[in-house]
Amino acid sequence: MKKDFKSSVSKAVHNATLTGALGKFSEAYKVNRQKAYEGIDFETLRETIAERKSYAAAHLDLMAQTFQINAEAAGAKVFRTNDPEEVKAYILKVARENDVKSVVKSKSMASEEIHLNDYLEKNGIEVGETDLGEWIIQLAGQKPSHMVMPAIHMTKEEVSELFSKEVNERLTSDIPRLVEVARNELRSKFLRADMGISGANIAVAETGSIVLVTNEGNARLVTTLPRVHVAIVGIEKFVEKFEDVVPVLTALPRSATAQLLTSYVSIITGPAQNTDGSMKDLHIILMDNRRTDMAADDKFKQALQCIRCGSCLNVCPVFRLVGGHVFGSVYTGGIGTILTAWFEEMQKSEDIQGLCLQCGNCKEVCPGKLDIPDMILEIRRRLVSQKGQTLVQKSIFSVVNNRKLFHSMLRTASLAGKPFTSGGFIRHLPFFLSELTEMRSLPAIAAEPFRDRFEKIAQPKQKEKIAFYAGCLIDFAYPEMGEALVKILNKAGFEVIFPQEQTCCGAPALYNGAWDVAAQNAIDNIKALTATDVSYVVSACPTCTVALKHEFLKTLDVEKKTEWVAQAQKLADKSIDFSTLVKKLVDDGRLNIAEGVELGKITYHDSCHLKRTLRVSEQPRELLQKAGFELSEMFECDMCCGMGGSYSLKLPEISAPILERKLKNIKETGAGTVAMDCPGCVLQIRGGFDKEGGKVTVKHTVELLAERLK
Amino acid sequence: MTKTADLDELYERYKTKAQAVGTEVYRFGTRYEALESLIPLLKKEGVADSAGAFAVCAAGPAIRSWEGAELSTIPGVHFEVTRELAAEALIGITEVDFALADTGTLVQDQSAVEQRLASSLPTIHIAILGTNTILPDKGALITRINPRKSRFIAFITGPSRTADIERVLTIGVHGPKRLIVLAVDESEGETL
Ligand code: SF4
Ligand code: SF4
Repeated sequence: MKKDFKSSVSKAVHNATLTGALGKFSEAYKVNRQKAYEGIDFETLRETIAERKSYAAAHLDLMAQTFQINAEAAGAKVFRTNDPEEVKAYILKVARENDVKSVVKSKSMASEEIHLNDYLEKNGIEVGETDLGEWIIQLAGQKPSHMVMPAIHMTKEEVSELFSKEVNERLTSDIPRLVEVARNELRSKFLRADMGISGANIAVAETGSIVLVTNEGNARLVTTLPRVHVAIVGIEKFVEKFEDVVPVLTALPRSATAQLLTSYVSIITGPAQNTDGSMKDLHIILMDNRRTDMAADDKFKQALQCIRCGSCLNVCPVFRLVGGHVFGSVYTGGIGTILTAWFEEMQKSEDIQGLCLQCGNCKEVCPGKLDIPDMILEIRRRLVSQKGQTLVQKSIFSVVNNRKLFHSMLRTASLAGKPFTSGGFIRHLPFFLSELTEMRSLPAIAAEPFRDRFEKIAQPKQKEKIAFYAGCLIDFAYPEMGEALVKILNKAGFEVIFPQEQTCCGAPALYNGAWDVAAQNAIDNIKALTATDVSYVVSACPTCTVALKHEFLKTLDVEKKTEWVAQAQKLADKSIDFSTLVKKLVDDGRLNIAEGVELGKITYHDSCHLKRTLRVSEQPRELLQKAGFELSEMFECDMCCGMGGSYSLKLPEISAPILERKLKNIKETGAGTVAMDCPGCVLQIRGGFDKEGGKVTVKHTVELLAERLK
Repeated sequence: MTKTADLDELYERYKTKAQAVGTEVYRFGTRYEALESLIPLLKKEGVADSAGAFAVCAAGPAIRSWEGAELSTIPGVHFEVTRELAAEALIGITEVDFALADTGTLVQDQSAVEQRLASSLPTIHIAILGTNTILPDKGALITRINPRKSRFIAFITGPSRTADIERVLTIGVHGPKRLIVLAVDESEGETL
């Protein structure tokens, strides 16, 4: 990671205005969004949008041709190009032909993508942004930090400073007054502008219409008052049919600003009348800028389903800490990382792709059904396969790929690390990342790993067998969780087997883009776990369960190891996470939890992979309540704890405040215990409380339940 | 034609949603009754024959029926809408084609530039709505509007707003600060 990137991250995190504004906004957003979607079946709606948009993306050429025919029939001039330079040259030509001296713009990300303002100004044309946020940014000489709220990082005091300079008058920071000043200032610009430039939120092929969505009313003035109107349309804006605007208009305002509809929507089809009775000179520029390439890429074509609502930013635990500027480009956040990688270059996303925690929040709310974390992983994979892994990574992964060596190193680490142990906590997650070389971060490796302890557990004779997949953390750091699990499953009538050949699930390699390593891990585990006939393969680590159920298959497919797919599928079908299995066993009457005791208040932390990939959240809660705990839900219970595998090591400046927030939310419930289903989260949250000296007990559900069995 | 009970129900739904976003909504039985309320409203707001105080009325069936009446005798009320007049108008009056009950939205074919000027430049926009043109939602609307015939279709949902400074909701940026809807039962719904 580059040094200046690191420093921009820590600057952002320490910018209290920014993190305060974004934090407050994201908290309110969640509630407001839910309200805005009341009575609407979001899943069906986004299914429709994804289907309609992906249809358009798969037929971009046809969409563009149809649009052009229809828009031209209505009297518009349509110009289509792949090249941003040609877009700018075209606009300048139109401006020159019409003797344009000043331009007013309504918000257009496409125009920012090609840095149009600079270009026009260098050519002697005055350009005024008219969206209030964009105008503020323009006056400040900055880039927007959010695609819907460009100036969210600024205070009213800063805005009043800017406006005071602009209007030559000492203004207070009274917001309504500042807005009034903007209204008056910009009104005169509207009235004297010769050209209006807009973007488009939707372009309808069937009718040649463009649809503009705003709250302030600036787009109406931009498209009405000047004689010439130029609309820059990124070709991902296409829908095929006029009726397709309905789902997009239903989702866009609700997702963007939690409104049922914005104040204004304008549907423009061909030139309308100018204020002097002449017809408007309407130019529509269909801008490709690599969108066609994107549409041809199996993995990234879904990005064209994006309707630019910005909700993925609003729910992102990282974005709300760092804001948009650290992304260094026009498009920000997770989706911005993807767009930057394509519209600029893959290499430019090298640092920013590392910001993603893979928590999956964005994927949950995206009205275009984009799998943002998956596309970010793909960027990682491509970067690694282009440039190769770093030397450190290479040596580490070569260790991980050799199970025996890897495990013996971990054992050694447990001894070497002794002097650094404090209260039995691992300060850092050590495993197999660059930091493996820093042995000092390996202190709390258990003295005896689960794989050795397992041999000593005396199990009652049982007919039915179940395989336990421990994963590295339980195996080498938290063997007691494994023992608790064996105890519970014995009670349910299983004999637990622990195939010693099992190894790392491959997630660390995968999340670092080293897919070949992950594929080898997958194969080793498939061999180990399918050797004996068992009823289930159970794991108490959600990341491992995701690997068993989904990632092995995916990795083998990408790495073209198809000969393993059938067995991987068999393994996937048998794999189950701990809480889901236990809930099932309790429901089937195979397991009895001692009832009738009061164990006091508990709160539950949802781990990202369990909640959003495996869709498990009720099972552990029900089990804990059955065991006698009184559940007291924390605020943002399913927000990431900041662990994200090696993330807490690579970007501690982000991971730490995310954790702090989590600890605060836990404490505010007043519960003495916080439960979770992921050993990684236990590591992060227990470590946090340890450092703080807090009194909250942090436990894996498996440990709490093992004590409560009849 | 929509049945009265349905119409009342749609009107109430529209009104609730429209009011939720700051629209002022009133209902009248006849155009004449609407006019009787409109005139004192214009006077109260201070419409006068001076820059900044004009009222501009963009042509529509109701407005045309009022043209010869008392409305035209108020100083500062104009029935031709120019760019200059609209820019100096306190009030703009237009007649909309539809309303959507689920979002509190007005829909109007604004291909004629007077309609855009009168509804976007003045400080107050007064919209005349035929109660019987209220539709449940966008789905019901989409087959009734045709972009091939209407070059500029406007959806208006409440007054102009922003939250670009510190996320504080502020009304009236570039468009009207107030949106007043006069829903008239009698008016025939004009389709686009
Ligand atoms: S997966 Fe999480 S961290 Fe990554 S972009 Fe989405 S919300 Fe942000
Ligand atoms: S990726 Fe999804 S959530 Fe993010 S801006 Fe696009 S449509 Fe909205």
